[in-house]
Order: sequence, then structure tokens, then C-alpha cells
Amino acid sequence: MDSHRPSDHYDNDAPEKPIAQPRLGVVGYLRFFWRQLTSMRTALFLLLLLAFAAVPGSLVPQITSDPNGVIQYRAANPGLSKVLDALGVFNTYTSVWFSAIYLLLFISLVGCVIPRTKHHLDALRAQPPKTPARLSRLEGFRATAAAPLDAEGVAGAITAARQLLRRSGYRVRVLSGADGDSVSAERGYLRETGNLVFHAALVGILISVGFGGGFIYTGQKVVVVGQSFTNTLSDYDSISPGRWFNPDALARYSLTLTRFKATYESQNVHAIGSPTDYTAYVTTSENGGAPKKQTIKVNSPLTLGDTQVYLLGNGYAPVVTVKDPKGTVVFSQPVPFLPQDANLTSVGFVKIPDGLAKQIGMIGLFYPTECDPSLCGANLASVHPDLLNPVLALQVYQGNLGLDNGKAVNAFALNTDHLTKIAGFESANKVPGIDLRLGQTKQLPNGLGSVTFSAIPRYASLDIHHDPTQLWALGFAVLVFAGLITGLFVPRRRVWVKAVRRGDDVVIEYAGLARGEDPGLDAAIAEIARKHSQQLGLTMNS
Amino acid sequence: MTAQLVTYSLGAIYSAMVVYAFAFIAFTLDLARRASTRRVEVSVAAPVTVAATTATAGSTAVLDRPDSAAPVTPGPEVPARSRAARLGMSFTIIAWVLHVGGTVLRGVAAGRVPWANMFEFSLTATAIIVGVFLVVQLWQDLRFLGAYVAGFVLIFLGIATTNFYVDVVPLPPALQSGWLVIHVFVASLGTGFYGLGAALSVVQLVQQRRMAKGLRFIASVPDPDRLETMAYRLIVVGFVFWTFTLMAGAIWAEHAWGRYWGWDTKEVWTFIIWTIYAGYIHARATRGWRGSRSATLALIGFGAVLFNFTIVNLFFKGLHSYSGL
Repeated sequence: MDSHRPSDHYDNDAPEKPIAQPRLGVVGYLRFFWRQLTSMRTALFLLLLLAFAAVPGSLVPQITSDPNGVIQYRAANPGLSKVLDALGVFNTYTSVWFSAIYLLLFISLVGCVIPRTKHHLDALRAQPPKTPARLSRLEGFRATAAAPLDAEGVAGAITAARQLLRRSGYRVRVLSGADGDSVSAERGYLRETGNLVFHAALVGILISVGFGGGFIYTGQKVVVVGQSFTNTLSDYDSISPGRWFNPDALARYSLTLTRFKATYESQNVHAIGSPTDYTAYVTTSENGGAPKKQTIKVNSPLTLGDTQVYLLGNGYAPVVTVKDPKGTVVFSQPVPFLPQDANLTSVGFVKIPDGLAKQIGMIGLFYPTECDPSLCGANLASVHPDLLNPVLALQVYQGNLGLDNGKAVNAFALNTDHLTKIAGFESANKVPGIDLRLGQTKQLPNGLGSVTFSAIPRYASLDIHHDPTQLWALGFAVLVFAGLITGLFVPRRRVWVKAVRRGDDVVIEYAGLARGEDPGLDAAIAEIARKHSQQLGLTMNS
Repeated sequence: MTAQLVTYSLGAIYSAMVVYAFAFIAFTLDLARRASTRRVEVSVAAPVTVAATTATAGSTAVLDRPDSAAPVTPGPEVPARSRAARLGMSFTIIAWVLHVGGTVLRGVAAGRVPWANMFEFSLTATAIIVGVFLVVQLWQDLRFLGAYVAGFVLIFLGIATTNFYVDVVPLPPALQSGWLVIHVFVASLGTGFYGLGAALSVVQLVQQRRMAKGLRFIASVPDPDRLETMAYRLIVVGFVFWTFTLMAGAIWAEHAWGRYWGWDTKEVWTFIIWTIYAGYIHARATRGWRGSRSATLALIGFGAVLFNFTIVNLFFKGLHSYSGL
């Protein structure tokens, strides 16, 4: 038990045969459980259990990373979903059982690391241990041929060994015993330091993620070219704040999307139309300061105030203008459409509650490049994501949009429960849908008015994050990595050099002891022996 | 120009596969010889006959030795260097040069690093496995793993060229980052080290099983303890690379997706693999777990690596959908 590692650590001696133990009191039992929890076997079990417990979350969609997938999964497997819901599998990584496993693992880790740290701090101040009586039993043992050294010669040999070992980074201690003078040396304390730093830094990551999570917020905003975003709570499309989020503390800035450039491959026949670059050109202003021109790309977010602005998506926002029969404009604005495929076939919803004789809702499909009907048939399809031949196809509904009862309404859906289709496939009055090319105007059915496809700007879908834990997590991750490397690869070893008297002669013996994995021990001792014996002019006894 | 380079690249890969096949045959003969110096076993002897019908004249000549100089004297006095093993090594080196050449040409054709989709990743990762295998030979005779390495790489290249092949296409914006070079390359390095570690663990388990049955170890293959130590050293290096992959991936994810960790399926599996190997390292330090138990963990870990690369890439939904398929 010399390193204060758990009792079942490989480096510790195997336990004696179980002895009849006295009855344990409450404290005894607590101590017993604590020892069990901090044993190597438990840590190993919890590690493997954690790996195993992470699996279901990859098989079933997760609410945090794939909410739509969860909705689809629930619809497809209603029975199973109830069981999974009860078990929290849709939220595996925040579920009670998953948290319990990693918290137990970390308690076990802390319980293991604290006594070791204490022990290591003592070891760092302690002297190397006494030289064992018989070095020949140890690893890498070798000795010089007997040489007639006097007391002064022995002292010189010991001094030389001490200097040699010290220069090689060993902590040294000179001892003199009945069987001869010796140098005891130890090196590689960094191994245990690295090991402890690794484990402590893992705790650091857990704390910075767990505790710092309360200060994080993540918001989304769709910005059409020409529009602006101001970093205030009301201007976000959606926001998920952490526990300690303070809306008054939002950094003061605004940004205007002046241009959005999408570049598509045009040369490579295997990849015509695949995107090669997205760039959002923005003008920003912080704290009401002078406007600055900046860009946001997919892999290079923009830092504004204490937030990062990411370009996570883009699409088209057709400008739809609706006029009443008298020609008065009742609706005219860009409507962001959601892309459905790689060729940016997009879906969007136009809602006109006021201004016309009836409430009007429209479901639009937008095709940036309509396929030639001679190639693709009568159904519209997009064959390229760029605006080569844009068509907007609208299906029109009239009736009650359900906007008046004050409930929050999803902008990317149309509730058709109280609506009648008046234009489009299988509409009540057999009127076909309205297909518009850019700049075209067509009449709405029932003399409701007209609709114009006036312009087709792009939009950028921005994610705005504030995450003060990032740097902490990164710092701890660097420590984890540094600790891992030193903990695994710095050899910790003890080396002894001893002058043993054999009658009138003296033999210098060398040997070592590995503390943990140490493939280079033998070579290291050979090297020390070679240098030392050469320095003294002795020959090695092979 | 690009099309031509792509053709050359594929040609080099196919040639490498042919030479790997020869290497596999030669190494299998060598294994048979190693086993037969103790006691001829039907299962091990079988490849000899297969090889005899398919091998070229050069390697048929090799056949004579195990037959004629065969199992009269059992024991460890088998020469460490056999002609079959030497031939296997030569074939492996030739195949590896072709393999690396084909991979580099692919990168040149694409004008970027050759690991941006599953096909290219397979080329690079297998080249690294063979590369590590060859480099480790310099101070450690690992030729008894030759059949495993050549066979594994041959199968993997076969799957890659037939099932994962994609044309050279430009990088999507999400992959246009310096992290592609670092993150994915280090991941394939880690995969290479894990793969060799798993190979050693397999041999270790075989040796241990023989020991349990009261049989002697396969001559001229290291004993289980030695195998375990070698496997551990390779896996520890793999673990360091894997840890780095995880961290580099987190940094990249923060840049590209706006969060460093989001339990995306690929992130989950990278985490699972990391945890299994962390378990392996702890198992080695736990009394009662050193030996066949930790070796089994190493195999489970590499199984998870393969699962992560194939099943997760192809059938799981997630943000890492860059297989190109």
C-alpha cells in the first residue's frame, strides 16, 4: 500500500486471505461502502456502464439534438415511445440514470484522487527510499568487475554516481550501510502529477459544463438580406436561456445583412450544383458605435459583444405582395421558406389575417430552378439550388387562420382545420394552384384580389450563442491532455548504485525498479552503468 | 487532368490490393509454419493448400520448406526469419508504397487532404495501420501479425472501393476548415494504433486459450504477457490520439455548429469508444482484470471503432453525414 491507490490496484500487494472481521457499526459500513465506491473495480464497472448507457441515446433521436426526429419516432412507434418516455431515453444524456452513473463515477474518482494527491504531495518532499540489501533481485541488475578501490575511490565512485543521476533528472540520496555505500535515486514524479492532473481536470470539465451551463444562452434569428437584427430579447425568433440568464445583460449590438453570397460548383460534372461557399456580408454596430463591415461563414463565426454569431443555414425568402380588388397593398414582405432538399426546393407559409374580404392562408412551394417539363414531367421540381429559373407555386386557403385567440402560432405551419382550399390540387372549387414567375401577378380566386411574386432575396439563418464556459472547458481539456501524456509516458523509476566490498576489492552494482509501465528501464540502467563505469575506468562484468 | 489522376489513384489502390493478397498468402504460410513446428493442425494447414493453387511460382517454392523441413523437431528453435515471412514483408512494403501513392494521388486529384469522405478515410486509415505495422518492425518483430494486417487491410480496401467509392467532389462549406486536416487525420492515426492493438490482443487470447487447454504456446510467437504489454503500448498511443480527436472535434464543432458538445450520434460513439478504452487502461491496473479480460475489452473497443466507422456513418442520422454516399 505505498501509493495510496485503491487496495485492488495492480501495483499493490494482493490482499491476505479474508480474515474474520469484527461486526461493522454504522461508521464501519459507511467506510466499507466508501472503500467499495473508490475501488478500481467499481471505477472500471462505472466506466463500462457509462459507455453502455450512452448507446441508447444514439439509437433513438434526442430532443436536444433532433427534435423533429423525436416527433417522427413517436408517431411511428407510439407504444414503444411511451416506454422510452418513461425511461427518459429521448433525453438520455440528462436522464436520471445517466446522470447517476457519471456522478457516481466522478465521486469515485474524487474519492480516489484526493488521498493520492495528499500522498503524492508528501512523496514530492520525501527522500528516495533506502537502498535494498540485495540489488541482484531487482530489474536491470548489472555489476562491474571487481576492482581494488580504497575508501577514497569508493567515495569518488559514489559522488560520480550521485552527480550522474542528478544530471539525468533523478532525486538522489547517499546512504552508507554495513554492506557498502550507495546512491538511491528516484525520478518521474511527473508521472503521478500528470495522472492526478488528468483526473482533476476531468472534474473541472464536468463542473464548468454543469455549473456554467446556467449562464449560457442560445438564440436563433432568420435575417433576410436588407433586414437587421438587434440583440434584444424581443428580436429573437427563439431563445433558450440558461438558469441564470439575465435579459438586461444582453450585449448591445445590431447587425444588418447586406448581402448573401452562395457559390455552387459549376465545373465538376460529379458535383454540379453542390455548394462550395456561403458568405454572409453584414454591417455591424456595437454599443451604438460606428458601423463595421464584416463577414460570417460556416466555419468562421463572428464575435459580437460577448456572443458568437454562427451561420447555420440559408434559404430563399420570396417577397409576396397581395392587393385587394381596389389595388391597395394589404401584404408585401419577404417570407422565409424552409429548404427541403439539396436543390433548395422550399416550403413557406403566407398568412393574411386582415385587409381582404376573407382571411387568406397560402402554402407555397418555391423552386429556384424549375426543371424543364419535357425532362421532369408535369410535376414541378427544382434541379439546381441557384436562381436559374425560379417558380413560386401557391395553394390558397380561405377561412379562419386561428390567429385571433392569442395563442402562439408556428410561422412555419398553417393550421387548415378551419380553412377551405380555394386554389390548388383538389381544391373545393377545382381551381388550379397559382404558379408565379419572378415579377408575375395573378388574380386570387373568388375575386379576393391579386398576388405578386415581386422579388427573391436570400436569408441567413443565424445562431447567436453566449457561452462563458467555453474557455474554461477548453483550459481543462488542455490540462486533461497534458496530464494524460505525462501520466502515461513519463517513466517513474528508482535506480540504485551501490559499492559492495568483496574482500579487498569493490564491485559497483546497478539496479532499478519500475513504478508503473516502464519499457525503457533496462536500457536506462544499462546507460547509467556504462557512463558511470567508463567515468571510473571500470569494466562491466557481462 | 483530375479524371486522369483519379484513374491512376484507383489503379494504384487496385495494384496494392493484389500485392496485399500475395502478402496475405505468404504470411499465412509463415503462420502455418510457425504452428506446424509444434504440431500440424488441420485448420492451420488448410491455407497452405489454398495458397498452393493460387500463389505464383515464386511463392510456391516457399511451400517446399514447411513440408520438407516440417514438424520433426517441435520447440522454439524455429528460425525467427523464414522465407515466407520475408516474402510477406517484401510484398507488404511494395503494396504499402502503392497504397500510399494511390492515396496521395487521390488527394492531389481532389486538391485537398485525402480523408474527406468514407472512401478516402478508408484509404488513409488502412495506410496508417500498415505504416505503423512496418515502423514498429524496426524494434519489435511483429511479423506474426502480417496475415492479420494484410488480410484486414485487403478486406477493408475491397469494401471501400466497391461500397464506399465516390467521385472527387468539392468540399461542402462545413468541411472547409483546417480542422479537417487535423481532426480526421488524428482520428485515423488513433484507428490505426487501436487496430494493431486489437490484433495483438487476438493473438494474446489465442495463446491464452492454448495455455488453458494445456497446450504449449505457438512457437516463435511471443508469450501472452509480452503480447499484452505490446498491445497496451500501442493502445495507449491510440488512446492519446483518440483523446485529441475528441477535443479537436469539440473545438471544430464549436466553430462550425456553435457548440462544442451536442451528443450528436458520432460524438456519442466517439465518447463511447473513449470510455471503453479508458476502461481498458484501468482494467490493466486492476487486480484480476489484467490478462484475458483486458484483452477482451481491447477487442470490444476496436469493435466499437469499426461500428462507429461503418454502421454509424451509413445508417445513423447525425451531423457527421460526410460519407458522401
